[in-house]
Order: sequence, then structure tokens, then C-alpha cells
Amino acid sequence: MLKIDNLHVRVAGKDIIKGLDLEIRAGEVHAIMGPNGAGKSTLGHVLAGREGYEVTGGSVTFDGIDLLALEPEARAAAGVFLAFQYPVEIPGVNNTYFLRAALNAQRKQRGEAELDSMQFLKRVREKLAVLHLKDELLHRAVNEGFSGGEKKRNEIFQMALLEPKLAILDETDSGLDIDALKMVAHGVNAMRDPGRAFLLITHYQRLLDYIVPDVVHVLADGRIVESGDKSLALKLEEHGYAWVAERKLAGAG
Amino acid sequence: MEAPLLDALTADPPAAAVPWLGEAREAALDALRRDGLPDTRVEAWKYTSLRALAQRRLLRDDASAASRPIGAHVLEGIDAQALRMVFVNGRYRADLSQLPDAEGLSLRSLADTLAHDPDAARGAFVQRDGGIAEAFARLNTATAVDGAILRVAAGVQIPAPLEIVWIGAPAEADLAWHARVLIELGAGASLAVVERHVAEAAHAHLGNLLVRCVVGAGATLAWSTLQDAAPGSSLIRRSEATLAEAAQLHLHTLEAGAQFVRHDLAVDLAGDRARLVSRGVFALRGRQHADTHLDVRHLARDTTCDLVWRGVADERSRGVFHGAITIAPGADGSDAQLSNKNLLLSPNAEIDTQPVLEIHADEVKAAHGATVGQLDERALFYLRSRGIPAEDARMLLTQAFCAAVFAEVEPAPLRERLLARLGGPDGALAS
Repeated sequence: MLKIDNLHVRVAGKDIIKGLDLEIRAGEVHAIMGPNGAGKSTLGHVLAGREGYEVTGGSVTFDGIDLLALEPEARAAAGVFLAFQYPVEIPGVNNTYFLRAALNAQRKQRGEAELDSMQFLKRVREKLAVLHLKDELLHRAVNEGFSGGEKKRNEIFQMALLEPKLAILDETDSGLDIDALKMVAHGVNAMRDPGRAFLLITHYQRLLDYIVPDVVHVLADGRIVESGDKSLALKLEEHGYAWVAERKLAGAG
Repeated sequence: MEAPLLDALTADPPAAAVPWLGEAREAALDALRRDGLPDTRVEAWKYTSLRALAQRRLLRDDASAASRPIGAHVLEGIDAQALRMVFVNGRYRADLSQLPDAEGLSLRSLADTLAHDPDAARGAFVQRDGGIAEAFARLNTATAVDGAILRVAAGVQIPAPLEIVWIGAPAEADLAWHARVLIELGAGASLAVVERHVAEAAHAHLGNLLVRCVVGAGATLAWSTLQDAAPGSSLIRRSEATLAEAAQLHLHTLEAGAQFVRHDLAVDLAGDRARLVSRGVFALRGRQHADTHLDVRHLARDTTCDLVWRGVADERSRGVFHGAITIAPGADGSDAQLSNKNLLLSPNAEIDTQPVLEIHADEVKAAHGATVGQLDERALFYLRSRGIPAEDARMLLTQAFCAAVFAEVEPAPLRERLLARLGGPDGALAS
């Protein structure tokens, strides 16, 4: 579904991603772990199409199409979703209005019929029920005055509503208490599906206790330096990121 | 400055039926001939050049205004039952108006008043001291022959809003119209006025409208303006209000349509505990130019002003906002708040904003702030990453920026009308 080949990315004149390879197939859950500054969030933003991230080499294909050639909105319509590490507050834009505009914009780009407000609200209620979220969230402006946990839950709610093919979760676990973390994990697990893939970007192993990944990658200095099954995350937790760097040096020697 | 405009408009001034009016017209005319139009060296006109306007030769008044056919589309959206006074190119049109027979409410055209009871119109020709020296006010005083005289008797509450509709209609040539309105509310009275500027079809007229409000003790005037005049037209408005003790004035303004706009709003909080609330938006594009000058004077104790204005300029448009608040000696306990935030949507657009606060009293609360910024790129990306196309995302954010100003407008139908005018495919913010 997603194939990243020798990707190089520069941000503000500085090389951040330096030859990254990654392949994710439908139905898989991948986790990318790594120390601060390794390029984890940059990867998420590049995949979603944020401006200011200059791709200096390599390619990214999504379902066989060149993802990097698409505008952010077209990537969303194609099925790519990024749950933001820092969801943006948008005063004056009602959450429900925003969600319906987003869903219908995607449907329109895909040539599907737009949902009327009855159909839309029905879908909203279903997703709210699955995530145990309160209606009240809907009546407020997008993320405005939300607590950190509410913002993250709102991201997961958007994901549930938009039903992407590939969901990238950028440090969705950071700043969450254990109950909120479980709720987020529950939301993701409920959406696991043979046709859908997840890329979890995280600093800590904790999230992976609740969302069990198929593959774990370690990102360091702009490259994937190690990949393995879920036990890799446990080893990292035990030994710290320095351990990866040492192993890498030993391997190179 | 050489001003063919003034030469054309002041030739053969209208006759006055009563001596006080003749004297006022003559004094205004003399001053106008002596001082002409201000240039950009005059502080109040620093960002708004009258050079192009001064060169135009416009007809004075529309001789056929009384009979010009007006398409039904122009009055669409106004409740058929609504009280309304309709003007075409500055002249009152009884055939398009709908006046009630309500106890305590008197609505008459200025022309009719001048013809039958001229002294009743005298208040319309009174002005605040500084306003008298203003060039367009002088031109108005010298030449205005129509407008409206509105009076609400003490203690009378008028429940339904009164629409005052100014229709610009194409004529044989572009013209200038001058009109003035007097709104007087007796003690404890209340009235809601919706002032609308609309176009019958494309034209490049100049409108010069002077409105004076006298709000009696404890009275409340709600006054909303939807300026949606013809895209090629120019509109100069001067609005003056004086508020007696515990009187309230609620102003909502949306400047959208005309090519060239200047609005001077001068409010005197003359009685203790008088209160002014003003919410305004200008939304400009193309080569539109809109200049809003607020001048609020706190002249009595415990008076309040609460002013929130937002501006949006796209393409090559230019917005000017000048917000002056003066707290006079003795106006202790006054509370003055002014906020003006602006959004530039294009590198070729320009917004100049200047809040000015002068305090000569004790124990006052005063705050003012002004910003000019651009759309938040992070918010834009957030919306796009959810599938909303870039143009729609920009529109959504711009609308939200402006809508906040109108969030508390009452009654709800008026709020919806203001918001609808901002958004939608034909909205002021649509590209």
C-alpha cells in the first residue's frame, strides 16, 4: 500500500531524513520509534504534504500512485490520514461543520455522493458510540479550549469518521493519561481491518502494549536502522536508544 | 486641490424654504469654496486620496429618481411586512416604502418635511463641532434635499426593525446624491434600524449620506448597516450619535460592496452610564478601498464603549481603520475597549490601522489593540490534511475570522443575514 524508497527530506536547509526505506502492506500495523530529532514527525508531515518540507531524493508511492505529487487534500481523499501530534485550534469553525465539510470534500474528490446532514449525523453518532465520546465535542469550535487528551481523542474520532486506508498517528500517545491512552488504542484496534494500514510514530513503547504492531522500526538520524517484530520495542524500552546506536556501530565494524 | 467635482456639484445650489436653512447652506458653501477637498497631508485623509474622485464630473441628483423602475430583485430578502423607507439615488420613494401607522413613531422624508414643516427638520442640520468642518458634510449641508426624519416618542418600544434602503440605480450619467437622516429617540424609547445599501444594476455614482442620532435618556438604538452598494460606486458616510444618560447604541456594520468607501463614525457619550457597542467588518477585494474612522468621546461618568472591528483585504484592495477614543476630563469611571484585527490575503493588499487613545480622566479602564496578520498556515494545513481543498480552507478560516465579530448580534435573523453575506458562493469573502 505504501512504499517509501530512499527518501531524503530537507527542512529549513537541514537534512532530516537521509535515505529512508519503508514498505507497509494493507492490514499491517507498523510502529516507528526513535529518539527525539530522529525525523519521526518529519516523516508524518511529509507523507501528509505539509509545505516547507523539501523532498531532495527518493520516492513515495501509495496504492501505486506518486503520493508526493498530490496536494494535501488529494492525499486525504486518496485515503491518507495524519493524526497530529499538536492538533490545531481553529476558533470560529464549528467541529461538526468542519467534519462534514471534510468528509464531503473527500467524497466529492472521489466521485462519491455527498452525505446530507441526516446521513452525516447518523454516522457521527455511530462513531461517537464506538469511541465513548460525548456529543458536546461536536458543538465546540475545532479543538478550541480542548484539553490535551480531548484533542488527541478528537483526532481519533476524525480518523474513525473519515475511514482512511492509511492512518499515521504522530505521537498520539504523548501527554495522555492511561485511560485516554486505552481509549485511543481501543479506537485504533476497532478500526484494524485487512484493507487498512497504520503507521504509529511514538517515542515510548507504552502505546504498543495496547496496539500490538506487526513490525517495529527504529529510526535514527534520518534512517531506519533496525526493524523487527514487537519484541524489538521491548528491547528498546529495556536498553534505551543508545543500544541501537551501539549495535549499528558494531554491525558497521 | 483642483476639484471639478465640487465645481459641478455646488453650481446652482438648491433654494432654502426657511432662513436658518439658507444660512446653513450658504455658510457650508462658502467654507467649501474656500477650503475645497482635503488632500493626503490632512491627517484624517492620510491613507485615502480623493484625487481621482475630485476629478470626476458628476451630475447633482437624479431628476428621474422618483420614477425610475426598480426591479423586484433589489428588495428581495426584506420581509414583505417589514417597515421600510426606500430611497433611489438619494430620493425618497413612497411607492416602494411601507410606513406604519404606529403610535409614537413618526417617519417622514426630509423633502416632505422641508416642504411642509421645515422647522421639524432643523435637528437634521445640527452637527457635532468637528463634523461641521468636514468637506463632505459641508457638501451635504449645502446640497442635500432629501433623506428621513425619524422620531420615536418617549417610552415607546418599536418591536420590529425598520429598514432604510438606499438603492443606487443606473441613470443617464453617473451622479452624486446627498441625503441626511435624523433619528431621535425620546427617553426610554427603543428602535432597531437596518440600513442597507444595494444596487439596482451597475453604476459609478457617489453617495454622500449623513446620519445623526439623538438617543434620549435610557433609550436604546440598534443600528445595523449592510453596505452592499454597486461595485463601481463610491460612498461617503458620516454617522453621528449623541447618547444621553444610560442610553445605549448598538452598531453592527458590514462594509462589502462599493469601490470607494469612507465612513466617519462619531459618537458622544454625553450622559452618565451611556454605552456604545460597535461590531464591524470590512471585507475587500479587487481594487476596493474602505476607510473607517471611529471617533468616540467619553464626556460623562461611567460611560462605556466596546468596539470590535475586523478587516480582510484580498487582491489589490486597501483597508484603513482609525479608532480614536477620547476620555474627557471629568469622565471618571469610563471603560473603553477597542480591538481591531486584520487579515491580509494577498501580498498586494494593504491595511493600515491606528488605534488612538487619549485619557484626561481618573479611574478609567481602557484597552486597545490592533494587528495585521495572515492566515494561520498551520490551520490551513490542518484543514487541507482532512480533505478540504485549499481555496475552501482559506474561505472557511477567513469567514471564521470575521464571523466571531457578529456572533452575539441580536436578533438571530439579522445575525444570519450578516453571516450569510460574508460566506457562500456570492459572499463578500468568496474569491
